[in-house]
Amino acid sequence: MKTYDAIVVGAGHNGLANAAFLAKAGLDVVCIEKNDYIGGATVSRNLYKDWYYSNCSYVCSLLRPEIFRALELHKHGLQVTPYGGSCTFMENGDYYASYPDHEVTYREMARHSKHDADAYVRYSADVMRQCRFIRDFLLTTPPDPTSLKPKDLRNLAKIGGKFFEMGEDRMYETIRFWTMSVAEYLDEYFESDVIKASLSGSGIIGTALGIHSPGTAYVLLHHYMGDVDGNVGAWGYARGGMGAVADALCGAFQGYGGELRAGSGVDQIIVKNGKVRGVALENGDEISSRIVVSGMDVKRTFLKCMDRSDLDEEFYNRVRHFKIRGSSGKLNIALDGLPTFPALPENSPVMDGDLHFIDSMERMERAYDDWKEGTWSKDPYIDMTIPSFTDPTMAPPGKHFMSCFIQYCPPLVEGREWTDEERDQFGETCIEQIARFSPDFKDLILHVEVRTPKEIENEAGLTEGNIFHGELTMDQLLFNRPIPGYAQYRGPVAGLYMCGSSTHPGGGVMAAPAANAAREILSDLKRSNVVPENFGDD
Amino acid sequence: MSAFEVEQGKLRTPFWPKTRAFDRLSESHDWKGYASADAYLEGGLEYFAIRNSTGVFDLSPMTKYRISGPDSLAFLDRLVTRDMKKIRPGRVAYAVWCDDQGQVIDDGTIFHLRDGEYRVCSQERHLAWFTAAAIGFDVTIDEETTRVAALAVQGPTSFSVMQNLGLDGIENLKMFGLMHFDFHGEELMVSRTGFTGDLGYELWIAPGKAEALWDALFEAGKFLGIRPIGTYALEMARIEAGYLAPYLEFIPAEETVRTGRSRSPFELGLDWLVDFSKPVFNGRRALADEQRRGSTWRLVKLDIEGNKEAHHSYVYARKGGRMINIGFITSAMWSPVCKQNIALGSVKTPHGKPGDTLWVEIYYQREMHWSRVMAKATVVDGPFWDPPRRRATPPAPA
Ligand SMILES: Cc1cc2nc3c(=O)[nH]c(=O)nc-3n(C[C@H](O)[C@H](O)[C@H](O)COP(=O)(O)OP(=O)(O)OC[C@H]3O[C@@H](n4cnc5c(N)ncnc54)[C@H](O)[C@@H]3O)c2cc1C
Repeated sequence: MKTYDAIVVGAGHNGLANAAFLAKAGLDVVCIEKNDYIGGATVSRNLYKDWYYSNCSYVCSLLRPEIFRALELHKHGLQVTPYGGSCTFMENGDYYASYPDHEVTYREMARHSKHDADAYVRYSADVMRQCRFIRDFLLTTPPDPTSLKPKDLRNLAKIGGKFFEMGEDRMYETIRFWTMSVAEYLDEYFESDVIKASLSGSGIIGTALGIHSPGTAYVLLHHYMGDVDGNVGAWGYARGGMGAVADALCGAFQGYGGELRAGSGVDQIIVKNGKVRGVALENGDEISSRIVVSGMDVKRTFLKCMDRSDLDEEFYNRVRHFKIRGSSGKLNIALDGLPTFPALPENSPVMDGDLHFIDSMERMERAYDDWKEGTWSKDPYIDMTIPSFTDPTMAPPGKHFMSCFIQYCPPLVEGREWTDEERDQFGETCIEQIARFSPDFKDLILHVEVRTPKEIENEAGLTEGNIFHGELTMDQLLFNRPIPGYAQYRGPVAGLYMCGSSTHPGGGVMAAPAANAAREILSDLKRSNVVPENFGDD
Repeated sequence: MSAFEVEQGKLRTPFWPKTRAFDRLSESHDWKGYASADAYLEGGLEYFAIRNSTGVFDLSPMTKYRISGPDSLAFLDRLVTRDMKKIRPGRVAYAVWCDDQGQVIDDGTIFHLRDGEYRVCSQERHLAWFTAAAIGFDVTIDEETTRVAALAVQGPTSFSVMQNLGLDGIENLKMFGLMHFDFHGEELMVSRTGFTGDLGYELWIAPGKAEALWDALFEAGKFLGIRPIGTYALEMARIEAGYLAPYLEFIPAEETVRTGRSRSPFELGLDWLVDFSKPVFNGRRALADEQRRGSTWRLVKLDIEGNKEAHHSYVYARKGGRMINIGFITSAMWSPVCKQNIALGSVKTPHGKPGDTLWVEIYYQREMHWSRVMAKATVVDGPFWDPPRRRATPPAPA
């Protein structure tokens, strides 16, 4: 039987990126995917006529340009087009928008609050300072604070250095920022309810927390720390949908000689004498290797794909208690034409961006209350985009693909499994909210795919449908991610590694966990490194 | 206005009544006396129209000459360095022409419109040079700059736009080919050419039909992401495609004052345009000499590490532990599609062969303070951006 240098489990974007780096370094690598298509939560699917849906993730910003460049993803068809607009529709018929032009956004903000329009300057600088702090560590393995190894000490000193460099006031500010709620944070700058509601959305996306819950300010940062071509905080569309990211990574991987095996998942990671020996697939095949890298989330890896007896008690329990609560749903809609929003002027440039329908902090928090009670939000926070407004490849000319990301949607309804009826009711709730601001919207609907955490878990394999492979709270970040003592991508068994979003720096289409894991693996194998360094913002 | 007075201020192209409706910025620069938009709404979005949908650029100010008469081929073949006999009717050639010292006067595109009838398009004006070069040839050189309005229609959906415009047979048009169509009773010439390195076309029409063509084009592109683009966007695409821009990568030889400031085709990476199998062409002797002796300069395409754009930078090579200054950057940018820090530059030979490692001294400013990095750069061969769709015939719909 053939023995591979490494097996990567899961052809999500992280699995593929990890496999690509290992193959680039000259290893003989096979990547195993349970579905007969690749991408995991980074996928484009053709479910209705000539429409392509970005089924799960739908916008791109976190994907590290260093990785894009090192793997030459443009040669494998990946193109990311940024967008500049954003809009929140208001109950009173008005709206609050933002535009690519700074001064136009100022004028719009001032229409709602002159104070806030001015305050935005300081807010942007303060958030940018936090972004600069974290961005430097995205392509770095988190140091182990208990270790005396030179590399860990060096990296700890680097974090400390960057922290002290901020100066006393800003160090306090940083500590507060990393633990406070997004609502409190925004209150310190803004007075307009709609402006705060609009900005607070980024603090709760994908998170089982409300705007008043501590820790949500960091989640906001997680959505700001990416960039498109150096514009920190900007987002864009992958041409052809998010599946283009996975396809390009797979193209690079195969270009370096890697092998993809899709259609049958890993049933078990085989361990002998405390060392990894390969994997057994659901179809009965066995594949052998001394290195297995899991691109699955940490719960799936250890609770579903490993023998309980291969894992120590404390470790096993830590994994069991890893917070990975599902809180998001998704509607993918094929439209017969562009819906009109009478509040907006014709041909408004904001239509290229993200649109929202919650205009107050009160409504934001109420949406969370429903989730806590075990049901979907009856007045949900929707992050709606029409990618086909920008990307001509997702729907036929004149037709459109609409993506609605929905917060909140529970993995179980009042503690029991979702029924199909409930799923449809959830879809209706979202459609009704949009229809209140767009009278022709419902008539344009040709097809809807409704996805609750249940579908997301079953199809993409994310435990509870948690979009980040685990919550982004301080207790699960940096050297705590996924589990203290295991933040350097090595599992508890020799030869076992983790490269998915459960590891630092976390979820989103970023590929950074994959790159960091590849660097560690290559270093263990004493191979020369092919993983790029951080560009550095300076 | 008296009968003798020339027009003051900036001229407007035949498309101006249409483009002004899109113009939210009033930012333009001079292009041979015409006001040419830098951008209409937002340069970045316009750049992405070229790479993602369709961007429309008004290139009417381009200098144009009609060359006809029995000796037109002989004349052109002697004028430019490449073999024009290979350029059949319906084909377009990129070409350079040199002075007697083999220094580039200009580059341009030569359209073989019909048997023995050509159009030469260039940045600069060359009537004096062409007239002198035509002595002894039975050829007519007619400046037609203002008689032909032109648009570049570039991007992955541009083929679908052409189809929607009703251009039958456009699917068979290959790169560097041209076709004639009827448009509202006027001749519309369409060439599969451009300055963006992407799928694209250029449309040439009499000024009287310019506005009608614009309307038809924007109707055809309504659902295909069509938008007007300015020079800012075009310039980004140009650098990614690795094309030369006069006054950046070379100074037209006729205009240089200081010694050594002009460039030969070899020094611009245009060896493939110089055909010594032709017994005569202007500059041949000097170029043959240069080929024997070796050139002084070399144009390099650089892939520079990091993400700091290398504007106005010096280029260095490492020689025995020391950094020696070997040249400078002529165009630089962060490439959004390649996610590469790219640049074109001019360096002294023998440095700068493809694969060589060079160093670029980059100064950049952040919040008032300046910093400097010495960034490693690799010399690359070929364009930075060269997607398969650029060449595909018939092109894919999007
Ligand atoms: C609805 C939704 C919307 C989102 N929106 C965005 C967004 O707009 N922008 C953004 O940046 N991020 C977004 N995210 C988050 C982002 O998509 C994920 O964090 C990211 O894609 C996770 O990538 P991954 O490679 O770590 O894991 P995954 O994509 O989960 O990949 C894991 C892979 O492993 C496979 N697998 C599972 N079990 C097995 C097995 N036993 N054997 C073999 N293979 C197996 C799965 O099928 C899957 O392909 C969103 C996520 C969701 C769910």
